Amino acid sequence: MTAATLIPTGRRTVDRQLAAGVTLALLGVMDLALFGLAGHTGTAKFGMSLAGASVHVPDLSLPARGTPIVAGAISIVLGALRIRLDLSPALRRTTMGAAIGLFLVSFLCWAAAGQTLSLVGLLQSTATRSIPIVLGALAGCLCERAGVINIAIEGQLLLGAFVAAVAASATGNLWVGLLTGSLAGGLLAAMLAAFAIAFVVDQVVLGVVLNVFASGLTGYLYDRILVTYQRTLNQPPVFRNWKVPVLGDIPIIGPVFFDSNVFLYLTYGALFLVQAFLFHTRWGLRVRAVGEHPVAAETVGIRVLATRYRNVILGGLVAGLGGAYLTIGSVGAFGKDISSGKGYIALAALIFGRWTPLGAVGAALVFGFADALQNVLSILGTPIPSDVLLMLPYAATILVVAGLVGKVRAPAADGRPYVKS
Amino acid sequence: MHLELRGITKRFGSLVANDHIDLDVEPGQIHALLGENGAGKSTLMNVLYGLYEPDEGQIVIDGKPVSFANPKDAIAAGIGMVHQHFMLVPVFTVAENVTLGIEPVRSLPHLRVAGRLGLLDRRRARREVKELSARYNLDVDPDAVVEHLPVGTQQRVEIIKSLARQAEVLILDEPTAVLTPGETDELFAILKSLQASGRSVVFITHKLREVQAVADQVTVIRQGKVVEHLAPTATDAQLAAAMVGREVRLRVEKGPAAPGEVVLAISGLTVADDLGGTAVNDFSLEVRRGEIVGIAGVQGNGQTELCESLLGLRPALAGTVTIAGDDLTGADTRTVLRAGVGYVPEDRQDDGLVGDFTIAENLALDVYDQAPYSRGPALRLDALRDIAARQIAEFDVRTRSSEVPVRTLSGGNQQKVILARELSRPVNLLVASQPTRGLDIGSIEFVHKRIVAARDGGAGVLIVSSELDEIYALADRIAVMSDGRIIGIRPPTVSREELGLLMSGAHRDAPAEAAS
Repeated sequence: MTAATLIPTGRRTVDRQLAAGVTLALLGVMDLALFGLAGHTGTAKFGMSLAGASVHVPDLSLPARGTPIVAGAISIVLGALRIRLDLSPALRRTTMGAAIGLFLVSFLCWAAAGQTLSLVGLLQSTATRSIPIVLGALAGCLCERAGVINIAIEGQLLLGAFVAAVAASATGNLWVGLLTGSLAGGLLAAMLAAFAIAFVVDQVVLGVVLNVFASGLTGYLYDRILVTYQRTLNQPPVFRNWKVPVLGDIPIIGPVFFDSNVFLYLTYGALFLVQAFLFHTRWGLRVRAVGEHPVAAETVGIRVLATRYRNVILGGLVAGLGGAYLTIGSVGAFGKDISSGKGYIALAALIFGRWTPLGAVGAALVFGFADALQNVLSILGTPIPSDVLLMLPYAATILVVAGLVGKVRAPAADGRPYVKS
Repeated sequence: MHLELRGITKRFGSLVANDHIDLDVEPGQIHALLGENGAGKSTLMNVLYGLYEPDEGQIVIDGKPVSFANPKDAIAAGIGMVHQHFMLVPVFTVAENVTLGIEPVRSLPHLRVAGRLGLLDRRRARREVKELSARYNLDVDPDAVVEHLPVGTQQRVEIIKSLARQAEVLILDEPTAVLTPGETDELFAILKSLQASGRSVVFITHKLREVQAVADQVTVIRQGKVVEHLAPTATDAQLAAAMVGREVRLRVEKGPAAPGEVVLAISGLTVADDLGGTAVNDFSLEVRRGEIVGIAGVQGNGQTELCESLLGLRPALAGTVTIAGDDLTGADTRTVLRAGVGYVPEDRQDDGLVGDFTIAENLALDVYDQAPYSRGPALRLDALRDIAARQIAEFDVRTRSSEVPVRTLSGGNQQKVILARELSRPVNLLVASQPTRGLDIGSIEFVHKRIVAARDGGAGVLIVSSELDEIYALADRIAVMSDGRIIGIRPPTVSREELGLLMSGAHRDAPAEAAS
């Protein structure tokens, strides 16, 4: 009897506890040794407001060596606690989050030693760089909740970016660019839907093919047409920033969340709508039923295939919007493969966020931050080679998907074609 | 509501699944539809539920002919169906499942647009479920997530789902296949209360006992045709003969067991499940040569993991397994098979056979690398075919050739292929999990005969079954398993009531007795 009562705790739980604790402690050792003891002396200054802000928040100065040493010590203690104590899941997440946060602080102190790093600038850039990832992830959410895997987010972003740039250049009207960019994403999604739903093509293969198609098509048109007619077809205007009255003046929060162009506000809207649609309306309930158990949905009179078509195309419109941001919301002109894997990162964000809109946004912000950090670090001139920096968002993706996602559950019928008997 | 089916015919290619079937379900009647697997019962009900369109014939409700293009039409006409595989979304709550498709939405007095937005009114959904649950004594929590509920409760959710759609006729497709004896009794009580409220029930089954327990009228279907209308007072033998079309022995003839030496000794075995917990907990049992030990229990109480662990398909966390005197704890599957273990897995399509392989290839899956099947690196196809032909004849596999893919066979014939393979080796121990699940009476008779023959040939036999009839028919000793443990061991003379109680885990022997 004793064996039975002892064993159920299981070796696996103990191993996990140990592994997590060691990870925390290792992070601490890196803080301490790499960024602290081997770091630079002096202070690291963090800018807390942008130039010309109505309310000025003083800069934050931290000792460049002392901070990582203290942070590292705290992480090591957390790691030890994690090994010794059987913490509740909430506490486990908190300790992991704290250690990662401390690691970031240490890293930033090390990178900004003797210089000033605009923290608000970094966060603002995180928010804007997350836009295409969030919209891509929302597109994926709409599709996959209805049971269609959407690998083609990348292609939808790319086509949206191309069409938005060309349309806005040709007409001189940004709103036309925004609308047509979105429609282009929807068009590619309609192709995905038709092949996946009507012709029951393998959805992963199909998504990859559509991505290659979008990349090839836009690349070809770029080389043959846009390069020649650069001025008329690939020099679109860019949406100007519009600061939200009152909210935009709040210190720190204002510049990060309420001082951007229309795309950030559209992203808020899309996030709110998708979340409300999926979880608070009858339509959303039916969509989720179709993604989980299409036969059950059919037997209560829900039209499975129509629901899937609608959601895939809706998702394409959202992804196309994200694509439009890449050109007319950000840099202006279209460049070859301008989406640079953001669609795949959006897919990772969707999985990391457990197929929920809010979770996906959280994950997208992590990737956006890695992207923004890479940019800031190259400006600061850290000794890290620029190629390694450019890798940062992708490295973050791999780490997050491999290490932190844990056990997540996709919609049960995700990727499974529904064929009526 | 008075429901009539007149001359319903449904063909799939050249196969006539339903051949001019007439059925008359009176209001307030519990009507049993009795037939073997493949007799066409489910096809008929799918026609009635709008999933199939009949090629000929008419559905008549209260004297008026109707036609259903899809389940929605059938639901609207007052027909509800509880499918054999539940049509529930596992991750949804009970209330969400019940109201799916007919969701109550919030209406705001000043905002007419709110209704069109389709905002879910969860409170009202919950209340509806509670009311129905209370009215018919169904005892279901509207906020529970379906996948966390026991199957018996899930079935009640299905019933509530139909009632919420104002079903007047409720069709239940093999409803007791997944239930414990206790849950079955509860279901019958629920059916009676539905009947009392004036609804009628069509009850599809192949179990004679249930027909006698609950039905008012029995219609027997065989090979797509109605062969007989019987009263539920008909005897087992009459019902079985009508169903199969010949006299069948409902219980194999079996002499008394002559237990010899211990061939399987399990001691303190603990096995993990897939979710990080344990499925088998400190499990001890002995099986002797020349006896059949039946493990009775509700599905999902560790039986699957136990069998997989014995066969080396799943590691043991603790304990020992000794087979024919050798300690085979943690041995790999090949070693276990070579020790003379025959294995009939629970899921014959996924674990027992390679569907796209031919019968001959499936028959040699375990011995393909030995003489006479192979010579050096080469497979001897002629030997494969010859031996297959012999085994097909011996085990009465109905097929035109040994070279057809095994997936094209019926369930009963597939099971015979597995038995032929597993019993063609010298067998010390036969482990058979749900050996007759989904088989018709004729095949059950055959499989049972072979299992008893294996016992009489001197092998120890371990049977796992959730069908009490099967346990009673075969076992010389009955071990009841619940929550990964042996709850008690009983002789086959034990009453159904006592077994049912043990299976529900309500009653428990002292550990010392359980381990003996």
